[in-house]
Amino acid sequence: MSLARRIALALLCLCGAPAAADAHPHVWISSVSELLYAPDGTLTGVRHAWTFDDMFSTYALQGIEAKTRGVYTREELAPLAQTNAESLKEFAYFTFARADGNKQKFEDPVDYFLDYADGQLTLHFTLPVKTPFRAKQLVLEVFDRTFFIDFQMADKDPVKLVNAPEGCKMQMQRPNDGSASAQALNEQTFAAGGANANFGMMFANKITVDCP
Amino acid sequence: MRALPLARLLAAGAALIALFVAIDGVVHVVTAQTPFGGPRPAAAPQVGGFVGWLLAKQSEFYREISATIRAAKSDGSAVWTLLAISFAYGIFHAAGPGHGKAVISSYLVANQETAWRGIVLSFASALMQALVAVAIVAVGAWLLHVTAKTMCGAEKTIEIASYALIAALGARLVWTKGGAFIGALQAGRLRPALAAAAPHHHDHDHHHGHDHNHDHDHVHDEHSGHSHGPMPGELAGPGGWRRGLAAILTVGIRPCSGAILVLVFALAQGLFWAGIAATLVMGLGTAITVATIAVVAVFARDVARHLSGSREGGGALIMRGIEFGAAGLVLLFGVGLLFGYIAAERTTCL
Repeated sequence: MSLARRIALALLCLCGAPAAADAHPHVWISSVSELLYAPDGTLTGVRHAWTFDDMFSTYALQGIEAKTRGVYTREELAPLAQTNAESLKEFAYFTFARADGNKQKFEDPVDYFLDYADGQLTLHFTLPVKTPFRAKQLVLEVFDRTFFIDFQMADKDPVKLVNAPEGCKMQMQRPNDGSASAQALNEQTFAAGGANANFGMMFANKITVDCP
Repeated sequence: MRALPLARLLAAGAALIALFVAIDGVVHVVTAQTPFGGPRPAAAPQVGGFVGWLLAKQSEFYREISATIRAAKSDGSAVWTLLAISFAYGIFHAAGPGHGKAVISSYLVANQETAWRGIVLSFASALMQALVAVAIVAVGAWLLHVTAKTMCGAEKTIEIASYALIAALGARLVWTKGGAFIGALQAGRLRPALAAAAPHHHDHDHHHGHDHNHDHDHVHDEHSGHSHGPMPGELAGPGGWRRGLAAILTVGIRPCSGAILVLVFALAQGLFWAGIAATLVMGLGTAITVATIAVVAVFARDVARHLSGSREGGGALIMRGIEFGAAGLVLLFGVGLLFGYIAAERTTCL
């Protein structure tokens, strides 16, 4: 059967490509997120500030008129912000929350606006949690599963807990930047156990909040 | 003939492989997307190994493009750097995941095309991809000043049209190759001597590809009806370019989102021409990679043909089986892309 095997090999060459059919980022987002808690200790929403890379920012600004060249006011950017907020729905806002392992849903974004500085657009928006909840462990992930967008936590203070109940502890894992750290992160995930162990592979931008 | 049981065995093997390939494709296509409500796929970005490295390199080059275009505003020599980076980006971009080369390679295998033709098709479709990107930005951004939303919408429409065309091309290939495969199956059942006489057995117009010694001809003239194809280098056989054009169109009509971003960025910096040059060079890089993969695919098929040609009777069946499988792949790609199962190949409009 060596002939058949050789033919199989030839065919495998051909379908190797679809097997790897994933991913090539075209947009980079630097993300800052706030977790909003109500006085009763429930999580009510997530507030994101996403800064786009300069190439995408320029692209997004295409066709937007500004009174002063190169300066865009919040009002001038309002239609674009609305477009962004509406388009993000299709992608579930790239924001995924689990409370003690249970998936949580978000409502449509509120209080959204764009600002423009140093050639980069930043989209601010708040995602209200559909049903505010209390969780011993909250896992929040921000990523694009198609990897068209590469999300990265901002260098400085990327996650803030706002009015979180006392004793809550936040942990953050940054995306791995390629092949090298994938293995290490895998082991970490495994060691961490709990909800994390459910995911076969480590995910980028993972925020974990443990509350008493 | 004495070789018949062996041939049958091989044929069964080939059919199994074709089935496996089809199922494998379906599984990949189906598992590529899980709705957010369902269990999450194990990982979004497929990192690690060679693909991970390709992606990392690609990102690196891509991010340098914007910086270089900015630099070119004040320093003209930066344009050369821009071109070099764009070329490298093109090469890496095409080497990474993507449907273009898979469709072209499958098409070449299914349609018995030559390596030469594969190279020409790769370059033509890459050039067309670049020109479509330039056209979209020139008309949309430069002439009409439309918003990014409109432009991205246009991009999406073209994308869907492209996927529909791939599916149509695949369907046509499956139809003709399926017929040939069934014909070969029946011929295998009959005695080869009878098969030679079977009148329904000549193939139609897709058999000009063979520039080599027709070593499958001793399969009792299975191709009795076909016109002998062009000699090496003679690319346009009867009806040839029309056929090739379909493959160029289906793949080439869809511009790379990356090229559009680069073009709009260059336009905003007042360096549209540099953006166009970068896009063309990117296309050149893409073409080189796709052509390389296409040639490897054609070569693999020819090896299979040589090997199967040495077995009597079964050879034709195996080759028809491979072609049928490759035709099926083109169809699968088209359908998968069209219905969004291969989510990574969708333009994201924000």
